[in-house]
Parts: sequence; structure tokens; C-alpha cells
Amino acid sequence: MNRPELQTVAASQQRVRERVGRSLRRRYRAERRFRACGLGAVLAGVLAVGGLFVSIVSTGYSVFWQTRITLDIQFVPEAVRAGDFTALVRAALRQQFPEVEGRQDLRQLYGLISDGAGYELRDRVAAEPGLSGTTAAIALLAADDVDQLRKGRSDRHAPEAERIISDRQLAWLDELDRRQRIHRQFNREFFTAGDSREPEQAGIRGALVGSFLTLLVTLLLSFPIGVAAAVYLEEFAPRNRLTDLIEVNINNLAAVPSIVFGLLGLAVFIQFFGVPRSAPLAGGLVLTLMTLPTIIIASRAAIRAVPPSIREAALGMGASPLQMVAHHVLPLALPGMLTGAIIGMARALGESAPLLMIGMVAFIADVPAGALSPATVLPVQVFLWADSPEPAFLERTSGAIIVLLVFLLLMNAAAVILRQKFERRW
Amino acid sequence: MQTSTLILVLLALSAVAYQLGRGRALQLVGGPRRRRDLHSLPAYYGLLTAVWCGLPALVVVAGWQLLDDRILTALVVDEMPAGTRALPPGELSLVLNDVRNLVAGNVAAESVTPAVAAAAQRWRRLDALGHLGASGLTLAVALAGGWLAWRRITPRLPARNHVERIAERVLLGCSLIAILTTIGIVLSVLWESIQFFRLVPVSEFVFGTQWSPQLAIRADQVGSSGAFGAVPLFAGTLLISAIAMLIAVPVGLFAAIYLAEYASRRFRTLAKPVLEVLAGIPTVVYGFFAALTVAPLLRLTGERLGLEVAAESALAAGLVMGIMIIPFVSSLADDMITAVPQSLRDGSYGLGATRSETIRRVVLRAALPGIVGGVLLAISRAVGETMIVVMAAGLSANLTANPLEAVTTVTVQIVTLLVGDQEFDSPKTLAAFALGLVLFLVTLALNIVALQVVRRYREQYE
Repeated sequence: MNRPELQTVAASQQRVRERVGRSLRRRYRAERRFRACGLGAVLAGVLAVGGLFVSIVSTGYSVFWQTRITLDIQFVPEAVRAGDFTALVRAALRQQFPEVEGRQDLRQLYGLISDGAGYELRDRVAAEPGLSGTTAAIALLAADDVDQLRKGRSDRHAPEAERIISDRQLAWLDELDRRQRIHRQFNREFFTAGDSREPEQAGIRGALVGSFLTLLVTLLLSFPIGVAAAVYLEEFAPRNRLTDLIEVNINNLAAVPSIVFGLLGLAVFIQFFGVPRSAPLAGGLVLTLMTLPTIIIASRAAIRAVPPSIREAALGMGASPLQMVAHHVLPLALPGMLTGAIIGMARALGESAPLLMIGMVAFIADVPAGALSPATVLPVQVFLWADSPEPAFLERTSGAIIVLLVFLLLMNAAAVILRQKFERRW
Repeated sequence: MQTSTLILVLLALSAVAYQLGRGRALQLVGGPRRRRDLHSLPAYYGLLTAVWCGLPALVVVAGWQLLDDRILTALVVDEMPAGTRALPPGELSLVLNDVRNLVAGNVAAESVTPAVAAAAQRWRRLDALGHLGASGLTLAVALAGGWLAWRRITPRLPARNHVERIAERVLLGCSLIAILTTIGIVLSVLWESIQFFRLVPVSEFVFGTQWSPQLAIRADQVGSSGAFGAVPLFAGTLLISAIAMLIAVPVGLFAAIYLAEYASRRFRTLAKPVLEVLAGIPTVVYGFFAALTVAPLLRLTGERLGLEVAAESALAAGLVMGIMIIPFVSSLADDMITAVPQSLRDGSYGLGATRSETIRRVVLRAALPGIVGGVLLAISRAVGETMIVVMAAGLSANLTANPLEAVTTVTVQIVTLLVGDQEFDSPKTLAAFALGLVLFLVTLALNIVALQVVRRYREQYE
């Protein structure tokens, strides 16, 4: 062997190694960049979730407390009999600040207490007729602007022209605070009152009942129909044009925009069949058509997960196909079907676009009495409040969203628990 | 009789029919001891009787419920004075509304014309008569059906086969609802759209660049030309969807790649549910988030940079819509990536490729058709999304490509045209259905293509 040749081989090997090393460094850098991109994307998603929750909770948590002003109400029997409870509230306010005079000033003073305070007193007297003729210290609902100020939602140090609360009102409030007449307490009315034009009196009871009725109609229709359709398609359907068509339709309907279902509801259920507008029945029918694909697809997966050996055993023992399905396949597939139904219901609970089309977006102050009376649902209530100009509705909107999210969380948790507890691995 | 009571009565009758049918079958063979002589289990004879008792009667009830309003209206209109009947449809429906309100007791009888009062009287009479007739008919059908089935029972009657055939028909009927829904959608949007295109030519709708659906009430009214050119809406929808996809596709895809290929088990079990939370949040919440947080934030940032950002900019709506679609893209991409066989990866590693090179050149290329299908589905989502744009995008139709300006979309216009009072003969209401038709056709095309692509891709590796 001669050395120069060896040397050139060694040198070329060296060069190759250097080149590979350089390109490897480049490739590893690219690898790290790629990986960082991936991690960044996941973190961006997590950040979006965090940002959403922080912004909703930070604007909405304060809705669960409400400012109340305690006043000594003299239940003058004449006023009680005449039903003029607003006058009682005003008299009590004047009694706190006897020095206030003049219509303008008095109106400002009266503005501290909500317009609904009179109704509160009326209900109070109706519950306790003995109050008439006595004097009692009663915590009355403060006006929404006062409430927002006390919660720090509006800036008390802003120049007076930019504030809704005037300097005089501020002074009265501070004085009331000094007399320990301003309290915060749990906002029960938010859960027991219907909608109102006045933010401090508005509650979600009507929307909750409306959502419940709508979902009840949806569940009662979509679960049996969905399960029946799934059973047919999985266990009985021959493979022919018709069943292919059904399958294509189900898959397509699952991806049709929800608002199109609203158009269908408007044209078919309300225009053609004369279902009353704004009624939970109409909403439930529309949501049934929307959730059916979800339930059918989930139920089919659950039925498919039941092993064939069970079917064969049942058939071998002489069961008819329907007996096999009803006695063996369905009980085993039920947890999976229920999970699908709960997830479908959760989606229906959050749906609002198609309900706008069928008139569930009207202002309805009463709590709906049945599936045929006008109603609205929780997400649509959110939409309505989000549109309102009063700043105090911002807090109500976020509060309603928090309630909605809690319900969705509970439903999804129920689905997860159901799946973990009852789902069998074969 | 109230419909609910009627249904309860029917259920009770069916229960009785069940007992009777079962009893008769047993009695025919001479008691429970000899039930082996029956073709089917005794319960099937009961079921058969109950089904024949309940099912036809339920069909009658349903038919009456669906049609009574129309029949009543037709009958009442028929008896109205000729002058009223000759009114144009719009005014006639107003008169009928008066009648209905009077019947429901919403208005006092003194406040309406004698003709309306007379019509209401007739309505009440016919309604009562109809209810009575329908209830009677239903009960008669139930009894007749039950009796016929009961009489036909013999020991050799294959009751189980009969019951099963009926049950199978019912199951088939339930699965046909999917087809009926599609037909319902097509008919409802198509019918009103045809009415619309009678008033407004198709070419103006598809190519016109002016959208201002408010019709002028007075001739000199400003801004109410009644123009129905939908190009600005299509452009706005495209702009917002494009922004959303620019956010959702890269983020969703990279997140799926990271979670499927890089992340440790623990990280995946933590991060995946968090991303899935995004998919479960109602769209109205996203809309509120866009209007409350994102839009002001963008406006503030724009001011810092010296840019004019509209309060209802396309960017804010698109951004939030993108966030909404991230989990959709990532879960579909995740499915597609995990469906790629490990042998392809191993081959690539064996040739000395790094992980990212394997992912980019092998895994993604193999999964591409599936991912494209998923992205198409996501686009159809974005195009049809309603609440976010209703709450965060504008109302006025601007033809612009600037994401900082306010644009409006097809779905926003459908909602604004249909919320509130609707008259089904004004082009304003009908325009919403024409827009709905376009929306349905576009999303249908996207869905069909996407589902085909995804299905073919799945078959490739299964």
C-alpha cells in the first residue's frame, strides 16, 4: 500500500464527514424549529382557551353578588292598600337625606334605588301581611349604575361628565356607606327572575326553563328516532341504493350549517305546519333534526362495538333477529348510545343560530309555562343581553355564559363518567 | 279532547288491547299450560293487537295535528264575503290574523269588524267540530284496528313474524327521516328562492355589487334602494373564512403533529382535552368573546401602529372563528396522521431522515388527501358559521379586501333579514332564503367532496 493514496482517502473521508456534520447541524436546527412550531401551536391553543375563560370569568363573576341598600321603610297602610310601594321607597330615601330638595335633586336621589324595589316590597307585603303599619329595615335592590360603581366596574375618579353617577349621588352613596346601609349579598334574583329591560332585575330563570323544555322535546324525539335509525342501518338494512342514500344524507346533514336548519324550521314547521312561533316545541323540532345525525353516528358506533359472537350466540339459541337486537345488542350498546345522546344534547344546549330564525329571540319577561308558550333559551339570552347598550348587561351576559358553560361541563363530565364506568372493552 | 289526553287514552287502549290479545291467544289453546301449541310467545299476540290498535290511530292524530290549521283556514276563507276573499294574499293574511287573535282571546270582540267576528265565530265552531270529529275518528280507528287484529288471532297465526315486520318498517321509517330532512331543506329554500328570483333576476343577485335589502317606503328615502346584488356578501364571507383558515390550518395542523408525533404521553393527556374544550364552547360565547375582548384589543393595537381598525373588523371575527375551528382541524388531522402506517415512518428513519423530515416528506405526504378533506370540511364550517359573525362582524355590505374594515357575510344577512317580522311576499324576506340556498349548495358541495376524499383516503390504509 502506498501512503499518498491512503492520505487522499482519509482526506476525502474527512471532507465528507465535515459536510455531513454541517448538514446535520442544519438539519437538527430545522428539526428543533419544527418541533418548536408544533409546541407553539399547542400552546397557542391552550392560550386561546385560557384567554377566553379569563375574559368571560373576569367580567362575569361579579354577577353573583348584587348591591343592596338598606332603608327604613314605613309601611303606611294607605299606601299599602293603594299598592303605591314606590312612594314608600321614596319616603324612606327622603328620610335618609332630609336636606335634599328640588325636583332635579330628588330624582337623582330616587335614582339610587332600582325601579324594581317597589315590586320587591309588594311581594314582601303579600307574603307577610302583618308588615302593614309597621316600620322595617329592608335591603332594597340598588340601581344598576350604583351596583356597577360599587363593584368597581365604573371609575369613580373619572370626571363627572363621563360618569353616569353624578358627584351628588356619589356623596350620598358614601354617606349611606358610612351609615353601613350598603351591602352586597348573593344575587338570588339572577336565578329566579325572568328577563327584564333593567339589568339589575334581569335573571336567567326564563331562559333556563326555555332551554330545559326545548331540550326535553329534543331528547324525547331524537333519542328514540336516532337509536331506531342506527339499529336499522347496522342490523337490518340490506345494502342497496336506499340505504346508501340514507348514509350519505346522514353524513351530509352532520355538516350542514345550523342556520340552514333554522330556515327549514321557519318554512316547514312554522309556515307549513303552523307550530307556534317562539315556542320550545318549534325549537325542539329544529334541534331534533340537527342532533339526529350526531346521535345516529354515535349509536351506530356503539352497536358496532358489540362483538358478533354475542349476536351469533343469540341467533344460535333460536332468537329472531329482532329479539337478538332487543335482548342482547341494545342493552350492551346502551351506555355508548347514552354518551352520544348526552354529547348531542350538550351541542343542542349551546346552539342559538337556528333558534333566531324561528322567533326564540323575542324579549320575553315571563317564565314559559309549557312547550307551546313563547320562550327563549340560554344561548339566545346571551345573544340578546350582549346586544344591550347598558354597561351592566355586560356582567349579566358573562354571568349567563358562566352558567351555560357549567351546564355544558356537567353534561360532558356525565358523558365521560358514563363511558368510563359502563363501556366494556371486548 | 286535548291531543295529549287523546294520546294518553290511546296508550291506555293499547295496553288493554295487549292484555286482550294475549288472553285470547292463551284461551284459544286452552290456558297457559298449553302455550306450546301457539306459533309465537303469547306476548306477541298481545303486541300485535296493541300495535294494530295504537299505530293507525296515532297516524290519524298526527295527520290531524299537522293539517287542522290549514283545513280550518281554507274552510273559513271559503265562507268569507266575496270582497274579503278577493283581497291580495298579504291583506287576507292580516284579516286571518285578526280572526286567529280573536279566537285566541288576544283582542276584544268590540275592536274588530263584524265580518272578522263572524269568521271567528265560524272558526270556533269548526274547530270544536273538527276536534270532536278527529277524536271520534281516532277512537274509532283504534277500536276497529284492535278488534280486527283480536279477531284474527288463531293458534297458527305467526304473530311474532307480523310484529317483527312492523317493527322493521318502523325502524326503516326512522332512518328515512334523514332523507326527509334533506328534502325538507331543499324544498323550503328552493321554493322561497324561486319566488325571490321571480322578483329579482338571478344575474342581478349573483353578479350585482350593491346590497341594500331595505325597500324604500317613500320615494325620497336615503339608502333604501332595494338592491339585491350579493357579491359583497360573498366577498365578505370569503374574507372572514380565509382569515379563519389562515389561523386554524397552521395552528391546528402543527398542534396535531406535535401531539401525535412528539409529545410525551403525559403532555398529550393534558393538552388534548384542553384543545377539545374549544370545540365544546357554544358559538355565541365566541361571538361575545370577539366583540368584548378581541375587537377592542385589535382596535387598540391598530391605534398604536397608526392603523384605522373598524370596531367590527373582519379581522376580529375571522381571528375568533379561526380559534373555534382549531380543534376541528387538529382532531381531523390527528386521525389522519395516526392512520399512516408505522412502517412508512420506520422506512424513512432507516434511511437516516430526522423526525421532522419524516413528518414533512413521508407522513404528511401520505396523509395529505385526508388532511385536505378535513380542511374542506373546516371551510364549510367557517362559511356557515353564524353567531360569531352576527355578533362581531358588520351589517353594511362593503366590497373590500381590507381585513381591518367591517364586512358582512351571507349568514349575517340571513339573520338580520329574518329576525323580527317576516312577510313572505316581500323580496326582503325571500332574499334570505335565496342566500340560504347559496349557502346550502356551497357547503353541500364542499361536504360531498370532502367526505369522498376522506373516505377514499381511509380505504387506502385499511
